This record gives sequence, C-alpha cells and structure tokens, in this order.
Amino acid sequence: MTEENNRYWLDRPENVTRLYRGLWIAGALLVLLDLVVHRHAEVGFDGWFSFYAVYGFVACVALVLTAKVLRRVVMRSEDYYDR
Amino acid sequence: MIAELPAGFILIAAGLLLPLVPRAGKGALALAAPVLAFAQLLWIGPEYRLEAEAFGFTLELVRTDRLSLAFGYIFTIAAFLNAVYSWHQRDGAEQPAALVYAGSALAAVFAGDLLTLFVFWELSAVAAALVVWAGGRPRAYGAGMRYLTVQLTSGLLLAAGAALRYADTGSLAFDFIGLDTPAGALILLAFGIKCAFPFLHNWLQDAYPEASPTGTVVLSAFTTKLGIYALARGFPGTEALIWIGATMAAFPIFYAVIENDLRRVLAYSLNNQLGFMVVGIGLGTAMGLNGAIAHAFADILFKGLLFMSMGAVLLRTGTVNGTDLGGLYKSMPWTTGFCIVGAASISAFPLFSGFVTKSMIMTSTAQEGYQWVWLILLFASAGVFHHAGIKIPFFAFFAHDSGIRCKEAPVPMLIAMGITAALCIGIGCFPTMLYALLPLPVVYEPYTAAHVLAQLQLLVFSALAFSWLMRNGIYPPELRSVNLDFDWIFRGLGRRGVMGAEVVIYLGWHCASQWKEGLQDRIAGAARRYHAPGAIFARTWPSGSSALWMMIVLLALLIAGYLA
Repeated sequence: MTEENNRYWLDRPENVTRLYRGLWIAGALLVLLDLVVHRHAEVGFDGWFSFYAVYGFVACVALVLTAKVLRRVVMRSEDYYDR
Repeated sequence: MIAELPAGFILIAAGLLLPLVPRAGKGALALAAPVLAFAQLLWIGPEYRLEAEAFGFTLELVRTDRLSLAFGYIFTIAAFLNAVYSWHQRDGAEQPAALVYAGSALAAVFAGDLLTLFVFWELSAVAAALVVWAGGRPRAYGAGMRYLTVQLTSGLLLAAGAALRYADTGSLAFDFIGLDTPAGALILLAFGIKCAFPFLHNWLQDAYPEASPTGTVVLSAFTTKLGIYALARGFPGTEALIWIGATMAAFPIFYAVIENDLRRVLAYSLNNQLGFMVVGIGLGTAMGLNGAIAHAFADILFKGLLFMSMGAVLLRTGTVNGTDLGGLYKSMPWTTGFCIVGAASISAFPLFSGFVTKSMIMTSTAQEGYQWVWLILLFASAGVFHHAGIKIPFFAFFAHDSGIRCKEAPVPMLIAMGITAALCIGIGCFPTMLYALLPLPVVYEPYTAAHVLAQLQLLVFSALAFSWLMRNGIYPPELRSVNLDFDWIFRGLGRRGVMGAEVVIYLGWHCASQWKEGLQDRIAGAARRYHAPGAIFARTWPSGSSALWMMIVLLALLIAGYLA
C-alpha cells in the first residue's frame, strides 16, 4: 500500500497543500488583473474591483453553511421511504 | 422515401424492431437509426410540412423550422451517443425502450399541432418509464411508477388545455400560446411538469438516479429538453417564467450540496441548469431565447457526459454514493478525465461549452434590467461549479482513497464519453458553429477579456471556498441519508395520510358497528319493554276509556277551531 501510495503525486499531503497554495496565488493574480483589464460592467455594480472574486467566495460559503442548516431539517435515515 | 416518414418514426421503428433482430445486428441497428434520422433532418431542412387526416382533424405530423431543427439535431446526436454508450446493453429491454423514447421525443419536437404533440408526449412518458423499470434496482419500480403518474398527468393537462384552446380559437396549431387564457395556464402547467418547475420537479430527482447506468444517461437528454422546447415555442416572453426560472436555478443547489448519491446530485444540478433556460425563455429577447436553446443543446452533452462518467463508476464499483467512493482516478483515469471535461463545461470554464451558452442568458438578464435575477443566476453559477464541477469529480475520483480498485470503463463507454467530451470542447472553442444553428441571428461575442476574467475570478474563488471549507473541516461530510424534498408530500405525508385515513375508517367502522349493536339492543329492549306480555301495549284496555279519550281530543279540536 505504501509503495502504491508513493506512486501517486496526489497521495502526498504536502503536494495537496502545494496545490491549495497555488490556487490562492492564481486567485490573487486574477484579482490583480482587475487593475489592468477594464471589465465593462453588465449591471453596474459588477464593475467594482474584485466583485466576481468576492461574490464567488461569499456565495459558496453561504451556500454550504445554509445547506448544513437545511440538512438538520430534511435529512432522514437512508431507508426512510422503504419503511 | 425516408423523407416522407414523420421525424422520429425511424427511431421508434428501430426500437420496435430491435428485439426481433439477431444479436449480431442489434448494435448496428441501434447505431444506424440515429444516423439515418439525423440525415433525414438535414435532408428535409426548415419549412417542411407533412400533414395527415385523423380524428376529423388535419394534423401536422411534421413541421420544421429553425427552433425545432436545433432540438432535432441534438436529440439525434444524443440518441447516437447513447447507442454507443450502451453497446453492452443491447440485449435487454432497455435499449428498445430507449429508442422508442428518443423517437417519440423527436416526433413531439416536430409536432405542428397540439394533438400530435399530446400523442408523442404520452408515448415518450410511457417509454421513459420502461427505461426506468429496466434499471431493475429494487427502488426502480416505485420510482418508475411515480414518474409515469406525474408524466401522464402532464399529458392530461396538455390534452385539457388543447381542448379548451380548440374551443376558444378553433385551431389546434402549436404556436405561441401565452398565459392570458385558462387554456394557456393549463398548457403551461403541463410544460412546467416536464421542465421540472419548483414543486413540480421531484419526479426528476426521484426517478433518474434509480435507472440503470445507461438508462439515466438517455433519460437525462430528452424529457426535460422536450419541456424546454415546448416552453420556448409556446411561452417566450412570459414574465412569470423569469422568476420561476430563477427559483429553479437556486434552490436545487442546496440539496445538491448535501446529497450523497452522486447521480442524484447531478439530477439536482440538471434542475438548476433548466432554471437558466427557463429564465432565457421568460426574457423572450433574441439573446435570451437563443441562449436558452444553446444552453439546452450544450446541457444535453455535458450533463450526458457527467451521467456517463457516473454510470461507468456505478457499473464498475456497484455504487455511486459519495460515502463509498474516492481515489478512483487511479483505476479509471480516462473516466476521470472525461468527467472533468463535463464538470468544466457545466461550470462554464472558458473554452468549454457552458461558457459560450450560459453567458448569453446572463447578459440578456442584465440587459433587460433584472438585477436581482442576475444576482441569483450568478449565485447559481458559483453554486453549480461548487456541487457539480467540484463535488462530483472530487468525491468520486479523489477525496480519501476508498481502496476500491476496479477496471477502467468498457471501451464503448469510453468512446461515447470521448466523443461527447470532444463536442463539449468543440462548442466551447468554436461557438459560432453552435450559434449558426440557433433560431435567431446571434450578435454575441463570448470571448472578451472582461468576460473571461470575470468568469475565472468567480470560478477560482468558488474553488477556494470549497478547499478552504474542506481543509478547515467545515464542509458537511457525505452521509448515508435521504433528504426530504417536495415528494415527501405524496411519499411521506401522502402515504401517512392514506395510512391515517385507514385507521380513521377502521375506527369509524368499529364505532359505527358498536353503535349499531347498541341501537339494536335499545330497539329490542324498548320493544320488550312495551310489547312484552304484561307491558303497556300488550295490556287490554276497556273501550270506555277509548271513548273518553276520543271525546277529549274532539273537544280540544273544537276549542282550537273556535279560538282560530
């Protein structure tokens, strides 16, 4: 198992951390590009600096936190409908 | 001669013939039929009419224009891809049912009148239910039954609406209908069931994940897109659809986040993509309508691709539950790659198909001044990347290693996924090819620096949110569970209601019979009391007392008459 695990790059936690940091760097670069590229706005406020980055992050965190609350309300055991 | 056949009949005929053909020829027939149907569509082109007399009406069995042809092309392509994908399944009952299903959906798209539409609407529902049942899983029977009930109800509403409309206008032609008459409302409801409007949607998440690995792929292509086509023809520019569509785009993604069955996650995300199309139709602008149709075209491919990859996982591992999977990229590298192409396409990454289709709907929403709807759709765009773009590949192929080691998907499945993936990338890189098929002229350039940058920011920060939540242990773990949705009304509450009614009826019956026995006893007791030997009615009375009583009564009458 250990030998097999070493064959795969993604099995090493430090590589996953590298990917994660790389993603943050990519995000930072994309936000900085906002200073260079003129994003002509579709509805007005989407022209604000880093609007899409902030909205994407906040939307997804809000989505997951809401879904966790939803789970308390709607989640039942797997055989709920079979009983 | 083939051109004289109604569109879709080639597929229906092939489906009916398939069980009779020797095994060696089955695969070839299933592949040839969609190719022939596609060739027929190219041959007849727009402005083609085929009429027939039936039931005392002149029916337009086939009427082609650019709108119906766009759907016709993608339906035949989907039928072909399905025939490749389900090559190993060509023996069972599923493949014939799937061909009849695809054929009737194709015939419905080319129906020029509401009666023809109704006939193929119902036929496609029955054939699709057979596809669900062919899945053979224990839960498939109930799910197929519920699917059939809902779809036939949709057909009944359509028939009722068509009859009312005929009474109003004297015409059965299937053109713009609009919401301003009761007939229009009934027909919209019928279409709304097929499009999985909120509260009418549950048949989709219920039935699709219960079909076989191949069955779900074919189901995902036709029913809902037939609904979208019908909506685009009958109700473009109906404002209510904008809000209905926005709701549809948003609410299923919450369920998708917590759902464990990955094919059910895809069913929720299918519902969410339909929401974008419904908004585009509701806007009714050239850009909105074109966007809706282009997105339906792209969705059939990328959603089909995602269902194909999950079907391959189900076939090889026997499960598609997020709790049981993980690390499959080691065993199924090709399937992983194709799944990621589907995920990138549905998430609208630049160079993939969703990027060039969904953005038309977004732009039209912004242009028409619906800022709130635009914000909801943008939220849904981030959400779809989150649950379909990341969650599906992550939990199936990456995450923690489940230890499952299986074979790569069978070669025909890989070929089908490869072609579909190529089409997704092809549309994304060369959008003008798709735009040329759309019903209205397209003035839209998806690849501007601003659009690419905005979309990449949205996606990368959605991915960051996912990774951040995951690494900090906030992301809800996959759990074996059922999540109650609106179907609880009839599967939970309804069933409990019936069981409750049974108890009430039983108790009522019990009480009534108790009461009846009590009543009988009381009557018998009274009879005994008054008529038994020696009781009041059984005694003999002297006739003198009768005469006295008679006299008292007569006197009372006399006084009453005098006073009156």
